[in-house]
Amino acid sequence: MTAAVAPASLLRTAARTGRTRVGLVLVALVVLTALLGPLVAPHDPTDFVGVPFGRDSLFGADNLGRDVLSRFLHGGQLLLVLSIAATVVGVGVGTALGMVAGYRGGWRDELIMRIGDVVLAFPQVVLALLFVSIAGPKVWLLVTVVGLSHAPRVARIMRDATLMVVERDFVKAAEVTGTRRLRIMTGEILPNVTGPLMVELGLRLTYSIGLIAALSFLGLGLQPPTADWGLMINENRIALTVQPWAVVLPVVAIAVLTIGTNLVTDGLARASAGLGRGVER
Amino acid sequence: MVRLAVKRLVFGALILWAVSVVVFLATAALPGDTAQAILGREATPERLAALRLELHLDDPLVSQYFSWLGGLLTFDPGRSLVNGLPVAEFVGPRIVNSLVLMLTAAVVSTPLAMFLGTWSAVRRDRAADHVTAVVTLVLAALPEFVVGITLVIVFATGPLRLLPAVYVGTGQVTFVDLVLPALTLVLAVGPYIVRMMRATMIEVLESEYVQQARLKGLPERTVLLRHAVPNAVGPVAQVVALQLAWLAGGVVVVEFLFRYPGIGYALVDAVNNRDLPVVQALALLIAALYIVVNLLADLVSLVANPRVRTAIR
Repeated sequence: MTAAVAPASLLRTAARTGRTRVGLVLVALVVLTALLGPLVAPHDPTDFVGVPFGRDSLFGADNLGRDVLSRFLHGGQLLLVLSIAATVVGVGVGTALGMVAGYRGGWRDELIMRIGDVVLAFPQVVLALLFVSIAGPKVWLLVTVVGLSHAPRVARIMRDATLMVVERDFVKAAEVTGTRRLRIMTGEILPNVTGPLMVELGLRLTYSIGLIAALSFLGLGLQPPTADWGLMINENRIALTVQPWAVVLPVVAIAVLTIGTNLVTDGLARASAGLGRGVER
Repeated sequence: MVRLAVKRLVFGALILWAVSVVVFLATAALPGDTAQAILGREATPERLAALRLELHLDDPLVSQYFSWLGGLLTFDPGRSLVNGLPVAEFVGPRIVNSLVLMLTAAVVSTPLAMFLGTWSAVRRDRAADHVTAVVTLVLAALPEFVVGITLVIVFATGPLRLLPAVYVGTGQVTFVDLVLPALTLVLAVGPYIVRMMRATMIEVLESEYVQQARLKGLPERTVLLRHAVPNAVGPVAQVVALQLAWLAGGVVVVEFLFRYPGIGYALVDAVNNRDLPVVQALALLIAALYIVVNLLADLVSLVANPRVRTAIR
């Protein structure tokens, strides 16, 4: 059950299983590609190096005649940064709200959870499309909308986790000695819900990557001429038979990244539940 | 029981109303000039004024909201700004197409996933179980468009050109148009159901009543089908419902990918064209669909599970 565990030790426990290690390697592969890629790319991502869909270089040219390999190597950084930002926003807001709802209860609980229900009535991608439709696909808006669409989902989990902690003696003791509520939440409750918190971070990161890449794929996320994996798939899928690399490379990168984060999340969930006789063995 | 059901219905209606407010505020009250956003930078002041008049953008927000809501309630949510058709006429056939797609995916994925989950639980810790676990974990991680593109690469290009990569018809959907989009959705929702079914079945198979049935000397097949599976269906129904509700949003990306003529593709199109009345109507429609499926799921699990029925007043 929930116990005070440092995030680092949780990760260490998780990393004892083979699957988590595979996940960490997969994530590292894609992150390194995204971070170091721009340094080793042979061309600028927006340089025209050949005829559209030409096959002069290693992976050929894209729909406008730009080098596929160079665009691929440049195309991961923004996706990673935006996904991490959206995850931090979503899990941060969701955790704060979930802890307040669980700890304070009463009308605060009711208010937070009912507003959450309204947000939960929208599929995440529809909520994002709705806000993008008039305000336009701005980067800050993408991060905010994706993050806030995670928040009620995170809040539900963190509220349940908080409810299990608030009944414990050390919280009661802190209350009796007159410790301030904010101090109790950050000092007593938060360290005892790190398990579910870490799992949520992993889960929401996986979904953020998928959602932001999907929005770019729809043409409503990152805008041309940015080099971005989701956008590359959108731009080049009409020529899948002539020039498959321009689609295959970003698809594989997104797949490997999300599989990696999900394997790590699964490991964290097992470690946090205790590897004993759980339902999720 | 009936009182509880009515309570859920009223709550669902309240949420739907709140959703309509969010849809309206997100499209009409966000900072920025709506008319300018629709017409673009080159619009003349006359055209801007005309559009503002047509969309009642100069009215106070509250009266704008109520005239929009009134239109929706009388099934007249205005005209598309792009093709001039009444939104209801434009959206109608697309709703049918999307429902066909969602239902196909649901009908295929649910029994298949429940079977796989049961099989995996019975074969617990053997090779088949481990393979299922890894495959579902991988599929659950993949964004649906990645799954879809992969299916296109495998089945619609290269040596195997079995199925069309995208829809090319004009409104009528045939079986071959349905295969790849439906399969994508099945692979997107299936894994969660498999995992939940497996976890629940493992719990059930270790329970005392299953042991009792085994000790009575019943054949394993009977134990499984008559004693174990019916008891696992209740908890799994919740997850199934959640996944089916997810389809309401899942169709957006999948329909765009396959150019499937449904509400999802229409929504993406409308957002790209800033076709405000269509965006508002479709966003509300998808949210309504999502709420209704969730509500049905609630009611089904109320009926199916006597413990829930009595525990929650």
